[in-house]
Amino acid sequence: MTGVLAELARTFALLSLVSIGGVNALLPEIHRQVVEIHGWMTDQAFASAFAIANASPGPNVIFVSLIGWQVAGLSGLLVATLALLIPSSALAYFAGRALTRWSHHPAVAVLRDGLIPVALGMMLASGISMMRTVDRDVVTVLISLGTTAFVYTTRRNPLWALASGAIVNVAALHVF
Amino acid sequence: MPRRNIGKAELFLGFLKIGLLGFGGVAPWARHIIVEEKRWLTDREFAELLGVGQVLPGPNTINAAVILGDRNQGLIGVLLCLLGQMAMPLVIVTALAVVYDRVAMVPEVRAALIGAAAASAGLVLGTALKMIRNIRPTPFSYAIGAAGFVAIGLLRWPLVPVVLVLVPTAITAIWWERRK
Repeated sequence: MTGVLAELARTFALLSLVSIGGVNALLPEIHRQVVEIHGWMTDQAFASAFAIANASPGPNVIFVSLIGWQVAGLSGLLVATLALLIPSSALAYFAGRALTRWSHHPAVAVLRDGLIPVALGMMLASGISMMRTVDRDVVTVLISLGTTAFVYTTRRNPLWALASGAIVNVAALHVF
Repeated sequence: MPRRNIGKAELFLGFLKIGLLGFGGVAPWARHIIVEEKRWLTDREFAELLGVGQVLPGPNTINAAVILGDRNQGLIGVLLCLLGQMAMPLVIVTALAVVYDRVAMVPEVRAALIGAAAASAGLVLGTALKMIRNIRPTPFSYAIGAAGFVAIGLLRWPLVPVVLVLVPTAITAIWWERRK
């Protein structure tokens, strides 16, 4: 048991340090480690865990937490989550301190301003990627576009749009 | 930079809410709570924070929580923001894992999940468009953002090489723009 925990810790701590773009960018490598190298989960269990993590709120780190849970219960969940979070968060902690400390330096101002369009472009791209993955018919495309318009034009809580999306798609199931 | 220090309880509860609501990607919810509801940051400050979070390894909203927590309450703030963001999702994901096999095949449940996921995609898209509207990037910034969008969103190139090319290009372009 401790062998599995140590192996979970080692695997995800290493992945943490290369996880630019978060867990989704690591997906192929996580699959290779968990299914092919360690044989902790079957392909099907891996796919289910991914679907469950996507249906839950929160950062997609919880996909890794769920892998830990299914491999070794509560201790597996804690070990996998912490192993994935601690190395990258420690790096962010020191990087954030450095940015604050030298915030008046012109080079840091340029760096920060340069990262803004990168963040915006990535967010736009992830919205489109999600639409391409999820939207399979006219109804889902309309739900996506309707939510886009809702969020763009109002300051209301987006939860309304999410609940409406779910309801509309269930209704469509019975209408068509 | 925040105008005043955000309190410990406020940070924890804010991120607890971000985690709890964060369906289909946390970033739009983080923006909704941080920029619109609590007004801790402006759109520009939030985009900076998310940008830093994006280029560092690790999930962007986790990195953003680490930096925001530290700026306001030091290491304790970091722990509170991370615990806040992770607590509810961890409980929900394990609860869901227990019932998943029984409910996943019910057609209504599937349809509801797909409908919510389709709306989440729109939420991410709408939030990005809103941020672009509010930040009003310079022409260079527009070009950089558009290049990143086309490379990742349309051409589906791998993220890491795109970021490695885009960030130095963005920095050079903005530095050159400032020089004039």
